[in-house]
Amino acid sequence: MNKSPLDQFTTSLGEIEADWTTTGPDSLESTLTGRIESPAVGVDMSIDGATLPEVVETEPDPETIRTAATGITPASLAIAEYGSVVLESDPDGSELLSLFSGTHIVVLEQSDIVGSMADAFGELGPRLREDRGDAIVATGASATSDMGALVRGVHGPKDVHVVIVES
Amino acid sequence: MSGKTSKRAKAAKIRDVLDTEGAAIESNTQGFNDGRYESVADLENYEALKDEARTIKEDAIERLPELIDKLTATIEENGGTVYLADDAADANAHIESLLDDADADNVAKSKSMTTEELGVNEHLERAGVDVVETDLGEWVLQVAEEAPSHLVAPAIHKSRAEIAELFEDHFDPDVPLETAEDLTNFAREQLADQIAAADVGMTGANFLTADSGTMALVTSEGNARKTVASADTHIAVAGVEKILPSVEDLQPFVELIGRSGTGQDITSYISLLTPPIDAPTFDGDHLGDPDDREFHLVLVDNGRMAMREDDDLRETLYCIRCSACANSCANFQQVGGHAFGGETYTGGIATGWEAGIGGEEAADEFNDLCTGCSRCTEACPVKIDIPWINTVVRDRLNRGDDPGAFDHLVTGLTPDEEPAGLDLQKRFFGNFATVAKLGSAFTPVSNWAAAAPPSRWIAEKLLGVDRRREMPTFTRGTLRKWAKGRESPADPEREVVLLADTYTNYMHVERGKAAIRTLEALDVDVHVADVTESGRAALSQGMVETARDHAEDVADALEPHLDAGRDVVMVEPSDLAMLRDDYRRLLPEETFDRLSTNSYEILEYVYGLLENGADIDALADGEGEEIAYHSHCQQRTLGLAAHTEAILDEVGYDMVTSEVECCGMAGSFGFKQQYYDVSMAVGDDLAEQFTTPETADRRVVASGTSCHDQLTDLLDRPATHPVELVAPEN
Repeated sequence: MNKSPLDQFTTSLGEIEADWTTTGPDSLESTLTGRIESPAVGVDMSIDGATLPEVVETEPDPETIRTAATGITPASLAIAEYGSVVLESDPDGSELLSLFSGTHIVVLEQSDIVGSMADAFGELGPRLREDRGDAIVATGASATSDMGALVRGVHGPKDVHVVIVES
Repeated sequence: MSGKTSKRAKAAKIRDVLDTEGAAIESNTQGFNDGRYESVADLENYEALKDEARTIKEDAIERLPELIDKLTATIEENGGTVYLADDAADANAHIESLLDDADADNVAKSKSMTTEELGVNEHLERAGVDVVETDLGEWVLQVAEEAPSHLVAPAIHKSRAEIAELFEDHFDPDVPLETAEDLTNFAREQLADQIAAADVGMTGANFLTADSGTMALVTSEGNARKTVASADTHIAVAGVEKILPSVEDLQPFVELIGRSGTGQDITSYISLLTPPIDAPTFDGDHLGDPDDREFHLVLVDNGRMAMREDDDLRETLYCIRCSACANSCANFQQVGGHAFGGETYTGGIATGWEAGIGGEEAADEFNDLCTGCSRCTEACPVKIDIPWINTVVRDRLNRGDDPGAFDHLVTGLTPDEEPAGLDLQKRFFGNFATVAKLGSAFTPVSNWAAAAPPSRWIAEKLLGVDRRREMPTFTRGTLRKWAKGRESPADPEREVVLLADTYTNYMHVERGKAAIRTLEALDVDVHVADVTESGRAALSQGMVETARDHAEDVADALEPHLDAGRDVVMVEPSDLAMLRDDYRRLLPEETFDRLSTNSYEILEYVYGLLENGADIDALADGEGEEIAYHSHCQQRTLGLAAHTEAILDEVGYDMVTSEVECCGMAGSFGFKQQYYDVSMAVGDDLAEQFTTPETADRRVVASGTSCHDQLTDLLDRPATHPVELVAPEN
């Protein structure tokens, strides 16, 4: 019984209690509109035909980033067996927007889902050697058990929602 | 021994830790350990990943000088600086100069054991810099002014209620803090302001890759990301052993580290940062240019390059500080890192780290808490032989400053190869075979003498044998004597040599007799070896040379039997583990291989005989008798618990098994005055499992001699070896 990478990925997301939705490039805007809690910040997507809702601030100042309820940023890769997404760090501030908001909405292209951690590192190795950039392998919400029980949302987002854009 | 804590003071300290921190430590570490089992079970290629991780580390440490150069060049190419610090003073001075250059007064830190090792916080505070720990556990300890008790969860010894009380006292918050969520929210708000105000973000690094200059940070809270992103200057402090050749090498570690430690498949964030990072800076009211970011790496030697040259300590450098060795350790589960740990590092591997960084003496206080039970060795994701490191350091401590020191007069009087100053307690337990031989020869006088109150008092005063323990009872007449002249099976299928360990030969002779009867009933001709002592007793006291002598004697005694095509069968799992595993360190490779591949635990051997057609009806019938079985720690590590369970089940016993992996006695450990309390605390879990309504009336069965002693003390009902349950009447 071989599951498709998408099925395996969404099963894993369920296990780590992260929400997910699938959508087409054209309907990304409306999909996001239904999920956004304001104030929202985001970075423009490099997906053909996909746009962010008007309400999303794409050139936020530091104070807006620190106080945003929702942050929308892209993932360049996802790992099906873990439910992980690989977050970007770029001059647009993706790293900051994905980190400071209460809810992080990750936008992922379905074709970027790989099966295993080994597959992911097969892609990350050449990329990091080439561009000397950063990549955050993020799996679920920020969490701690240091205060005696599991609590979500410590320094990072409390909720994670993955929007998978079908190709 | 001068300069050492007395046994009585040590006992008092351990009792105090047990009382104040034991409960929180136990529930947390056992939770982590259960989580590890569950999480690694999901991993199809777990063993292969561990092998891969081990190979990568071996290669990286071998090539370390080259990798340091390569990483330095790469980071400089990326726009950062690298400083290789010889020791703590050097590292701290450099970090202070970096802060001066950045004109920094405030530092936000993410969790880093290496900066704990260096004392960076104390150094910077003396220099007038404000330092805040942003990992919640570390922050709690900073507020409480306490040291970490665990590699991964530093405040594991504190309960929620204690943290709430700490915050109430320290911050006097407007609303009462009760739930974990209240406490977390309060901490987050306090820390958010301090992180925003920091001039410098300081992190450790779990791994560094020489090919790209990438650092991997393994966290769940997101504080490492935030401390790096919020400040313009990032300083990372990492031991030189953290360098791996390439990004791809990270993969097995990423899959293993969370599972091995806290039982998470993966932590929330594996940050792969190639600093200076690409995020824009927070520049007042607008976002600044990422190119304004600065990065400085401080690589720390502090004894590590010398550890690399040390054949016994080198493996420590493979450690990825996942905490599996602590969580899987029965003693650690009771006392945590404040008793089982040194200045910085905690758990089984702490001996390697502390000895490597601060010299053997730095491990002296806690090294004996490793009983060599070996449960950590299969938990360690890089397969470090942690018990061996503990044994070697114990041996070096026994020898003191002069590694070659032998007092020949004393050597002539005691049957060991150890230095004159060796602790009497260690000498007594390490030479237990001699004690047993004498004890057996002089029974019943020796039993009467051992049990008499003045003698117990002397044993406690002189040897540190806790007077609440009953010394084992010697039997008159040894197993070897009993076996002599027995008639062999007429037409034996196989021949074996039984290596009757010290206990089986001199004390628990019944189990030896049962083993022989069982084997003979299955058409096996049994010879009894002329040696008893495998060297386990000596090795557990860190008396490596004495253990080697025993190993050589065992090899000499067994080789003619092996030449004659006989298999070696043993009753005591801890002695079998010597032949199967520890002898690799004590004997030439060829000799070790031969002994290792041809030796078997008694019921493992019986299992093999039955698989190969022997008639199970020749064994005793269990008749549905209800039993409670506890397998031995080293037997579990050797993967041999299942064989005994299968046979007991097959011959018709109604069995429940213990989930507790170690009884807490661990050879002589539980006899020692200073460890009696921790030994009993470990045993309590086992006692609890064997006194439930379902188990309270069952016959107790245990494979190890020390488990037998411990269970007898804990339960007030006798324990039996499993072979006695399957042996036919003579």
